[in-house]
Amino acid sequence: MSSEDHIKDTDTEARFEFKKEESSAFQTEKGLTEETVRVISEDKDEPEWMLERRLRALEQFQEMPMPTDWPGQPDLSEVDIDEIVPYIRPDIEARGGAENWEDLPEEIQDTFDKLGIPEAEKNALSGVGAQYESEIVYQNMQEQWEEKGVIFCDMDKAVQEHEEIVREYFMTKCVPPSDNKFAALHGAIWSGGSFVYIPEDTTVNMPVQAYFRMNSEGMGQFEHTLIIAEENSEVHYIEGCSAPKYSAFNLHSGGVEVFVKEGAHVQYSTVQNWSKNTYNLNTKRAICEKDGTMEWVSGSMGSKATMLYPSTILKGPGATDNHITIAFAGEGQNIDTGAKVYHNAPNTSSTIESKSISKDGGRTNYRGLVHIADGAENSSTAVECDALMFDNESTSDTMPYMEIEESKVDVAHEATVGKIGDEDVFYLQSRGLDDDDAKQMIVAGFIEPITEELPIEYAVELNRLIELEMEGSLG
Amino acid sequence: MATLEIKNLHAAVAEEGGETILRGVDLEVKSGEIHALMGPNGSGKSTTAKIIAGHPAYEVTEGEVLLHIEEDEFEGVDIDDDQLTWDLLDLEPNERAALGIFLGFQYPAEIEGVTMVNFLRTALNAKLEEREELFEDEEEAEADEDDDSGYDTSPMEGDVEEGEIGVAEFQEILQEKMELLDMDEKFAHRYLNAGFSGGEKKQNEVLQAAILEPSIAVLDEIDSGLDIDRLQDVSDGINALRDEQGTGILQITHYQRILDYVEPDHVHVMIDGEIAKSGDASLAEELEDKGYDWVREEVYEAA
Repeated sequence: MSSEDHIKDTDTEARFEFKKEESSAFQTEKGLTEETVRVISEDKDEPEWMLERRLRALEQFQEMPMPTDWPGQPDLSEVDIDEIVPYIRPDIEARGGAENWEDLPEEIQDTFDKLGIPEAEKNALSGVGAQYESEIVYQNMQEQWEEKGVIFCDMDKAVQEHEEIVREYFMTKCVPPSDNKFAALHGAIWSGGSFVYIPEDTTVNMPVQAYFRMNSEGMGQFEHTLIIAEENSEVHYIEGCSAPKYSAFNLHSGGVEVFVKEGAHVQYSTVQNWSKNTYNLNTKRAICEKDGTMEWVSGSMGSKATMLYPSTILKGPGATDNHITIAFAGEGQNIDTGAKVYHNAPNTSSTIESKSISKDGGRTNYRGLVHIADGAENSSTAVECDALMFDNESTSDTMPYMEIEESKVDVAHEATVGKIGDEDVFYLQSRGLDDDDAKQMIVAGFIEPITEELPIEYAVELNRLIELEMEGSLG
Repeated sequence: MATLEIKNLHAAVAEEGGETILRGVDLEVKSGEIHALMGPNGSGKSTTAKIIAGHPAYEVTEGEVLLHIEEDEFEGVDIDDDQLTWDLLDLEPNERAALGIFLGFQYPAEIEGVTMVNFLRTALNAKLEEREELFEDEEEAEADEDDDSGYDTSPMEGDVEEGEIGVAEFQEILQEKMELLDMDEKFAHRYLNAGFSGGEKKQNEVLQAAILEPSIAVLDEIDSGLDIDRLQDVSDGINALRDEQGTGILQITHYQRILDYVEPDHVHVMIDGEIAKSGDASLAEELEDKGYDWVREEVYEAA
């Protein structure tokens, strides 16, 4: 992949200069050192055990090599940790970035305008004056659920206020730092994110949205989400960072851990759109106990390269996992996403529905793994990958790995690759739609299974984002 | 009232050294008339239809495709004297649609994920909006330009804008048209043509024409693959287009069969990219009896 030609120099410069102004005091150190990690932990006034975990993760990070040898994986050679790390502290310290809307880079302002997002919401999304806006929302939610024992708060705060729970679950059983190099990086320098705890037999019947809150904290680029759904509870968690995030960093490495206890049901939905200079390298995993259900719904847009494979371990008999993912890659982008499912118990089932769209030389990969362990009898899995391409310059690869160690199982895989057909476009044009609207309608139909799963405002926003991507007008 | 006038149309496949298909087609269809365009396979009937609608696969090498409209052609739209004749070949397919051209496809596209109701409302609104743009004068155009906030609503969601036909209003229109065509309501919530039987697709083409209310509808072998009951339904729909909306029909067909139900005012026989012979409904019957070869012979003898 050629490196810089698709990133407008001016944009990069604008981002860089902007953030530099805001955070010059924190840019002295270069490279990720033990000292950096200690400073982060101290800033947050963390207990000793968390610092120890961070330092252990740092060691693991330093020991592990960069992933380079996956077939067709995105090129990560530009990811230079020494260049990235100095930008971490400002985010933690500055808590909110710009003071005024006008201070934001123009392209970010434009994007919000194009999305038709009201001023107050724009401020919240950009981290400007978000404290006030988000407090109200947060308060309302707290009052409603607190009585039931539901906890929903910032991850940093959770370390202070719900220490015992966090200590038990945080990067211990689900996503240990040893999982991969970027999980280790995340473990060392994580900051912000969401903590959700749903007690037994409790149904939170409206989606828990991290849309507001995470901005009020300035939203780290290494945010951690920890969701614990106790037995027979139910929750739909939505991470609505559907507006392009302004960021001085060019690396995002989030971590998501979900615990689905016996009979519980968790849906984790996210629509993410990153600036075009971001490397988006995340680790998301759920552990699903007996008769539990885990559902992942994700839209991955923006970024220069994304590597993201939400995974579920079906640990208890009768556990179910469903994945719906969508990826969109435009010029110079490589979106490498998929799903992983481990069937480790009998009578477990999973479905993976993956959709990708590529245009102007963009590249999408589906990379999936379904593992059915010996003894996981009567388990079933169905994988469906559909790729839609706009032109002959774009590419899409499907790499569905299946590791089946049990014979009494039901396995299905289906993949389709198609180009947006000229005849389809002409058909819609002959009915009065112009060329752009015709293509947009075809794409909107293609992603319909995703939008159907999302609350209406997210569905609308996802459609709008894709529309803007297709116009090539998103920064 | 509108008139579609095709003059000396020559066309080839749009690629280097592309095969010449049309060799001087002349044809005139007025709204309210039914014309049958018949002829053997490969004679250029479908090509003619696609060129009228603006398909990019063909290149017109000579001739004109004109649309003449009257001042009061579109309700609520002021039409200046110099906007009464349009050269369709200069226009995009959607602009032609906005002017009242409709093409009924032999093999309509199947679009997953887009419900009929959503698609039809979007198409109708797009057509009305395009029509306004085509006829607005320069001052208005500039004002609109200034007003453009840079964001168009998604075709999926179609926020209600000024002048747009909203969801509730459209439901009524749709229901009325579906009743007119004796179609099942469940159609409205299925994805556009996806999984439709051949007959349902053809019926859907007629429904679209009923909703978009074109001045001229070119129906490309809309009778192919229909059983007798469905043929009757589709034919009733086509007659309704003419009778209720005054649409002019150019009915492309191989067979006499559909013409038993949709009685043409004029019949044209196309052979080797030309209209070889024109006549009234009796010509179709003659073709049924004698095939196309006698027309070919007659034309060659005359030459």
